Amino acid sequence: MALLEILQLPDERLKQVSEPVEVFDDELRAFIADLEETRLNGPAAVGIAAPQVGMFKRVVIIDCSTTRKPVPNHGYMVLVNPEITKWDGFEKGREGCLSVPDYTGNVIRATKITLSAKDPYGEPLQFDMEGYEARAAQHEIDHLDGMLFVDRVVSRRTDLFKRKVYQDGGTGKKS
Amino acid sequence: MKATWFMLTMIGKDKPGMVAAISGALADHGVTLGETSMLRLGGNFTVMMMVSGAEDEQSLRNSLAPILESQGMSLHVDPIEGGLHKHVIPNVHVTVSGADRPGIVSQVTAVLAELGLNILDLESDVAGTEDKPIYIMQITAVSTLDIESIESALSAVRESGVSVSVSAIETYIG
Repeated sequence: MALLEILQLPDERLKQVSEPVEVFDDELRAFIADLEETRLNGPAAVGIAAPQVGMFKRVVIIDCSTTRKPVPNHGYMVLVNPEITKWDGFEKGREGCLSVPDYTGNVIRATKITLSAKDPYGEPLQFDMEGYEARAAQHEIDHLDGMLFVDRVVSRRTDLFKRKVYQDGGTGKKS
Repeated sequence: MKATWFMLTMIGKDKPGMVAAISGALADHGVTLGETSMLRLGGNFTVMMMVSGAEDEQSLRNSLAPILESQGMSLHVDPIEGGLHKHVIPNVHVTVSGADRPGIVSQVTAVLAELGLNILDLESDVAGTEDKPIYIMQITAVSTLDIESIESALSAVRESGVSVSVSAIETYIG
């Protein structure tokens, strides 16, 4: 076990796109253990993505079970090669990042998502997530694509007051 | 050496190019910006900015004098304590709206002050029409109380015909 160094802006490596994991071995699982130790060491980090510690592999960890007020969540999750397959609605919420100290801002994210991934042994996973946990997954998957929340922050005057899109088919989808 | 900060407040009739003119004059004189707020209010452009790197207040005023004149802006300067990297993360959001009348802000904030909430950001606007103006206010704040306690303390405000909603801000860090 080891604490890993967290890359911080303006480190250009944070913009790098990470590669899918192809080998699910002990080396991968040892890295995941270090990544988790690093997440828990950070100030109140709910999630972490491999590229934040300079490992450009598609691995993220999230755990939304420790919020001040409980939110719907699946507990501690290691998601390897995660992919969002469905988006629904959008909402504004506040985010910060281990890689951007001393800054928080509002970001618009999908309210509900369906996500597929692999576990650290290569077994398939699928989750329906909503709200805060869906936000967590979107924030971390952005890291895998070299995107930071500061690239998505909206003005404090941007309002989503009672404007929700309920998707049934194509509308409101991100891509 | 610890930086000396000044807070500049500048106001003038809104038109394109004001920020470029101000920030250009400051940069030319080696003055750097910290946190700022720049906003159009009622057809005026308002600027509040933390600056450091100026020798003293007079040299700041001298650096800005030509563009204040050309941009038609007034300037106020305060030496300030404090500095950067002192952000506080809000955990409560309060939204208020209702038919405009005198006293809405005072009524709401009196309750919040009584509860010990610290307001970090308050923006308010008048929407609607001249005949039927609507007052809309958004407050982000820090509180040690739970949302339910804040909600119930605001019930008197709600009964006076103003709609108020309180929600927790759960900041995602990842």
